[in-house]
Amino acid sequence: MNLTLKIWRQPDAASKGAMHTYELADVSPDMSFLEMLDVLNEQLNDRGEEPIAFDSDCREGICGTCGLMINGYAHGPEVTTTCQLHMRSFKDGETITIEPWRSDAFPVVKDLVVDRGALDRIVQAGGYVSVNTGSAPEAHSVPVPKDDADRAFNVATCIQCGACVAACPNGSASLFMGAKVTHLGLLPQGQPERDERVVNMVAQHDHEGFGGCTNIGSCTAACPKEIPLDVISQLNKDLRTAIRHGH
Amino acid sequence: MDMPDTVTSTEASATGAIDGDYDDAIDYYTPGDPLVDMKAPDGPISERWQNRKFEARLVNPANRRKLSVIIVGTGLAGASAAATLGEAGYVVKTFCYQDSPRRAHSIAAQGGINAAKNYKEDGDSVHRLFYDTVKGGDYRSRESNVYRLAEVSTNIIDQCVAQGVPFAREYGGLLDNRSFGGVQVSRTFYARGQTGQQLLIGAYQAMERQVAAGTVTMYARHEMLELVVVDGKARGIIARDMVTGAVETHLADVVVIASGGYGNVFYLSTNAMGSNVTAAWRAHRKGAYMANPCYTQIHPTCIPVSGSHQSKLTLMSESLRNDGRIWVPKNQADCDKDPRDIPEEDRDYYLERIYPSFGNLVPRDIASRAAKNVCDEGRGVGPEVDGVRRGVYLDFADAIDRLGLDAVRSKYGNLFDMYARITGEDPYSVPMRIYPAVHYVMGGLWVDYDLQSTIPGLFVTGEANFSDHGANRLGASALMQGLADGYFVLPHTIRDYLADGPFEPISEDHPAVVEARDSVKQRIEHFLTVNGNRSVDSYHRELGNIMWEYCGMERSEDGLKKAIDLIRGLRDDFYRNVKVLGTSESLNQSLEKAGRVADFFELGELMCIDALNRRESCGGHFRAESQTEDGEALRHDEEFAYVAAWEWAGLDEKPILHKEDLVYTAIEMKQRSYK
Repeated sequence: MNLTLKIWRQPDAASKGAMHTYELADVSPDMSFLEMLDVLNEQLNDRGEEPIAFDSDCREGICGTCGLMINGYAHGPEVTTTCQLHMRSFKDGETITIEPWRSDAFPVVKDLVVDRGALDRIVQAGGYVSVNTGSAPEAHSVPVPKDDADRAFNVATCIQCGACVAACPNGSASLFMGAKVTHLGLLPQGQPERDERVVNMVAQHDHEGFGGCTNIGSCTAACPKEIPLDVISQLNKDLRTAIRHGH
Repeated sequence: MDMPDTVTSTEASATGAIDGDYDDAIDYYTPGDPLVDMKAPDGPISERWQNRKFEARLVNPANRRKLSVIIVGTGLAGASAAATLGEAGYVVKTFCYQDSPRRAHSIAAQGGINAAKNYKEDGDSVHRLFYDTVKGGDYRSRESNVYRLAEVSTNIIDQCVAQGVPFAREYGGLLDNRSFGGVQVSRTFYARGQTGQQLLIGAYQAMERQVAAGTVTMYARHEMLELVVVDGKARGIIARDMVTGAVETHLADVVVIASGGYGNVFYLSTNAMGSNVTAAWRAHRKGAYMANPCYTQIHPTCIPVSGSHQSKLTLMSESLRNDGRIWVPKNQADCDKDPRDIPEEDRDYYLERIYPSFGNLVPRDIASRAAKNVCDEGRGVGPEVDGVRRGVYLDFADAIDRLGLDAVRSKYGNLFDMYARITGEDPYSVPMRIYPAVHYVMGGLWVDYDLQSTIPGLFVTGEANFSDHGANRLGASALMQGLADGYFVLPHTIRDYLADGPFEPISEDHPAVVEARDSVKQRIEHFLTVNGNRSVDSYHRELGNIMWEYCGMERSEDGLKKAIDLIRGLRDDFYRNVKVLGTSESLNQSLEKAGRVADFFELGELMCIDALNRRESCGGHFRAESQTEDGEALRHDEEFAYVAAWEWAGLDEKPILHKEDLVYTAIEMKQRSYK
């Protein structure tokens, strides 16, 4: 396959960026999208141009490091991570536009690399159960209904990649927050801190500059782990309950 | 404390001596003094850890905030240690190269975590988990460490459940267990195929709670590039801020390396792209011994390479071997045919043929080596890459006939989907293709029973150390070890060291600190000014090919010697001819990779020397010269029941070999057989 690639280049956070066009020949349909960029980078390096910076690590769809806007879609045309997208999803002769995640809360570090530290800070605000090492009771002392455990697992598969934010016209991280609040809220271990967790996480979310949710649903459509939209309803419900409890 | 006076390995040995001069590596190393673990406890094995915990001195809570700890790496071993030490009140700094600590490669572990809970009442116990782990490690691990691992395994499950880790449960609400990796008891706890992810999120959240509490400071996108050793003690690190390029000095009372394994020395592996040996290797060059570096685990069920563009390999769960049948064509001429057109009589179900009692379920190393052998014979399948087809069929046609399509789909659906996404082929109608890939390394920095390296004040946890898995690791034991070290072992042993602190403050102008910082800056400067004609990746790929060919599944004297020469030549060329563009003052991924590959060259050479020295086959290490008439691995306990701990002697100097004898008091050594 031969491709035309339009790629965002930006030397650092302080500089202005621009789209650059590259031609790439002999792309194998069996390459992953990121391997295609590896090949381009080898060619750039050979001809003395600095390679394009992009993030990736596990390249098996679980670490959440990679993430590109491909033709305007977070992680591209398939429901998966950028690293698990393969070139057979594109056509010979196609022009592909590649941009970094778009959100004020995710400043560009360089080229296609963004800073998602805001998501870590939302977790710091309350996305945990306070249990010091060694103080835990015997694991079987608290049974958890299987349905609750399964659903908690399903929403806990969020990989914190930020695609939900990038896809949202409001730049909201509500799907990410809703997944964490729902995961811990479904388990008995998460109950003691349930109210303050949701209040503090939402406060941090707003402080970081993420937008509010207006139920558009782009987030769940873009989510490579298919986190369902109703975790945001749960988030709002938990927030209302917490406020009613005087938080 | 002396080594316990009990049954020695040789008395219990099941194997004979090897004849004549077997020291193949003598021209490549300098013999050193024997090494003794000075912290090795004695007494009955079940009381050793309790005794050590009692004997380890305490640190007054009021003093803890005056004591500082640096932790490099935030996977299971690092994040769990950071959370626990933060909770205890120490001043902790953690470092990871990823943009968030939650991305460490522990996250990719699929299968599960072992623990001796005996919830199934199927005969499991701490002693049985201990026994299985020592046996699985082919009697090349330290029994006291392994017993402790089995002992604390139960606490890990309690801790993780309390954190909200959503393990699989039964309808009654209790935790589900499965049998994993060929063991006969069900002791593996799991969260579908994403156990590592869920455990890491638990440890990450516990650590972030401490970040919020102010006891832990997190440095993401920071890479440790040098260890600071002052007056013989580890006192800090030199790290590069990967965004600004600033070379930073971080000083502390103690340093913990939890930076994972070095499987990426093979270029292609199931490790993450960024996984590297640099933190451990810089410590090695400063005096920390490297133990058993040649012990590598190669996993048989990975998706084969599709072309020279391949950047990494993806593992598929071993559970596929429960129902899939592995075969290749009997005739080379059939290798490029549609497998569905090859009649039954022209197929070679080679594992079932060679190992009739275990068949497709032989251990990982045997299945891997057998796949390599049939491909080397020219009977591999799939695309030709560099002139060879490297793949074997894993066929579910019989399973679909026997169980029905729906049953196979419900059991393996997610794996089949993953395979289809990567290869573009439908495994329900065409046999899957698999090939072995490097997955885990059992070798690592040498540590004593306290997890302290040969540099006082430098502790090593998780895959980065060598201690618990011997020559091979059992499935679902990596997660157990990482969390055991971080939550329950290190926090006790490190306090005995810290009880002597706070140590004398050192200034950033101390000559040892200046030397460490300057050497980092010089290295960076060198890479950016060579301006040669080859990319870092091209060197890494070539190094990986050498390692895979000569230090992979099967190693021989001739091959290893050849590899050492090739590596040395390639390394010289790398320093003269590598091309790294850009600057050091910003994000520069080529520069990051250059430093890592430079260290992989030196590690790769030591791995070959270690493999050359160990002329026996044990666990994941198979020496062509040491096999039975049937081609099975042959251990030599009289000569090799020791840990090979290597001391750095300088670039282009022969490393110094220190042997730590392995002594088994609670277990008898046996030769395994899977025929």
